[in-house]
Amino acid sequence: MTTLSREETDALIAEVLEVYPEKAKKDRTKHLAVNDQTIEQSKKCITSNRKSLPGVMTIRGCAYAGSKGVVWGPIKDMIHISHGPVGCGQYSRAGRRNYYVGTTGVDTFGTMNFTSDFQEKDIVFGGDKKLAKLIEEIEELFPLNKGISVQSECPIGLIGDDIESVSKKAAKAIDKPVVPVRCEGFRGVSQSLGHHIANDAIRDWVLDKRDGQPFEGTPYDVAIIGDYNIGGDAWATRIILEEMGLRVVSQWSGDGTIAEMMNSPRVKLNLLHCYRSMNYISRHMEEKYGIPYIEYNFFGPTKIIESLRKIAAFFDDSIKEKTEAVIARYQPMMDAIIAKYRPRLEGKKVMLYVGGLRPRHVIGAYEDLGMEVIGTGYEFGHNDDYDRTIKEMGDATLLYDDVTGFELEEFVKKLKPDMVGSGIKEKYIFQKMGIPLRQMHSWDYSGPYHGYDGFAIFARDMDIALSSPVFGNLVPPWKKAAEEVKKAA
Amino acid sequence: MANIMIQQGASGGLVFYLPKRDLEASIESIEFDTPEKWGGELKLDNGGTYFIDPIAKPARLPISLRAKRLGAAED
Ligand code: SF4
Repeated sequence: MTTLSREETDALIAEVLEVYPEKAKKDRTKHLAVNDQTIEQSKKCITSNRKSLPGVMTIRGCAYAGSKGVVWGPIKDMIHISHGPVGCGQYSRAGRRNYYVGTTGVDTFGTMNFTSDFQEKDIVFGGDKKLAKLIEEIEELFPLNKGISVQSECPIGLIGDDIESVSKKAAKAIDKPVVPVRCEGFRGVSQSLGHHIANDAIRDWVLDKRDGQPFEGTPYDVAIIGDYNIGGDAWATRIILEEMGLRVVSQWSGDGTIAEMMNSPRVKLNLLHCYRSMNYISRHMEEKYGIPYIEYNFFGPTKIIESLRKIAAFFDDSIKEKTEAVIARYQPMMDAIIAKYRPRLEGKKVMLYVGGLRPRHVIGAYEDLGMEVIGTGYEFGHNDDYDRTIKEMGDATLLYDDVTGFELEEFVKKLKPDMVGSGIKEKYIFQKMGIPLRQMHSWDYSGPYHGYDGFAIFARDMDIALSSPVFGNLVPPWKKAAEEVKKAA
Repeated sequence: MANIMIQQGASGGLVFYLPKRDLEASIESIEFDTPEKWGGELKLDNGGTYFIDPIAKPARLPISLRAKRLGAAED
């Protein structure tokens, strides 16, 4: 546990980069920075959203992962075809824990994997016929699906299949939306472009399909955008919003349906949680339909209260009153949680390395528990994410963009945090080093972490990880004895 | 020419957004800013300059426009 000054952190970065060849060092230097709260624009200190360096271990995913896995996948009543070879879809199947209500295989399809299973002959002769046949079969076997999306894997772009024309024809034949998504994995530098492509596909093929149809609106209609219901996050969010008197018309896209998406242009306000993956569609709705959007943060009571007031400010006094009542009602529960866990967690240091919003969003929740985040970074964040992060992080803390496996390990060894929050790929490396790790992508199979209910679980989980006796037993007893003897001598 | 979007920023100024490069920057100055004539040269806080054909001031922001790049942002 160490707190470093600005110079020391700078020196640490230089030291870690020492092993790289000259060119790689120059490139990686730009992605590592010491936080300076006075900087307004992150690009003065950190470069992001660039191609990863060949040869380093990056933790990023591909555009297909961003589209199929993140944005489209959770839309539960549609069938998402992983178009191409079987692996991309099968190895990522059901890995993201976006919970939903429904009977899988009958009216919802979230955890199933549909693929066109490309073989050599499909690559050579093209797979359009196979795709058309596949859609026919799906319609026959799963008649309750509300639409189909075709998520292209790498080969589709390489062999130049015309999935758009197949989709258009199929959509007419089955009289349901069939959406071709050009999210081949090789596009862009990370999954981030996949989010963008997926947003554009929703804009072009889904969003305006109910324009002009009757809709019974209320002045309190909102949409939850960019909440993927990991472990039930969106539900924990929805409860609070409904208690405030708002009507949640749609959830994008955790536990969401295509009908909800088509109804979204009628809402009064878009509530944007994951800015990175869904700012595109929010901007589009703002321009085309005049729906404003606000970013909010439902991690930890401080940020929740801030966000609730910010949301309520858009509505009339009845909502504002109810919001205050909600805040007052949950306050004792929050106080009890903090009273219980804060003394156990106070002063502990955390390093984070996650995806698109959590590297900054969860900082408040840790601070509510008296913990401190001493380093954070995004896998695929852009400059605007870092702009927002600089203000959340303490001065002279460490920022790392698309950090490599080596760098993260070295930083952790030097900074010695009490805990790391990252993903499954990092988990066992650090745990074997004796540092507890909580997965901040999948909540380590726990959750929800959003909202008031989520904070209770978050606090408990952090305590479980930090207080686990196992980390005190990393040195075997015979070596321990030797060490003690040495110390005594 | 590139598609861009101009939005109202939270702090009052205008914000420039270039979807293709996912670049967000605030607009430091706009050449014409009258109800009849709005647009022209845009100076961004990242050092870049763009040109949009002057139009009547839009009634509502955000608005998507075509812009020409005059000077690249330092990167
Ligand atoms: S990069 Fe291509 S082949 Fe690899 S998982 Fe993504 S879509 Fe599939």
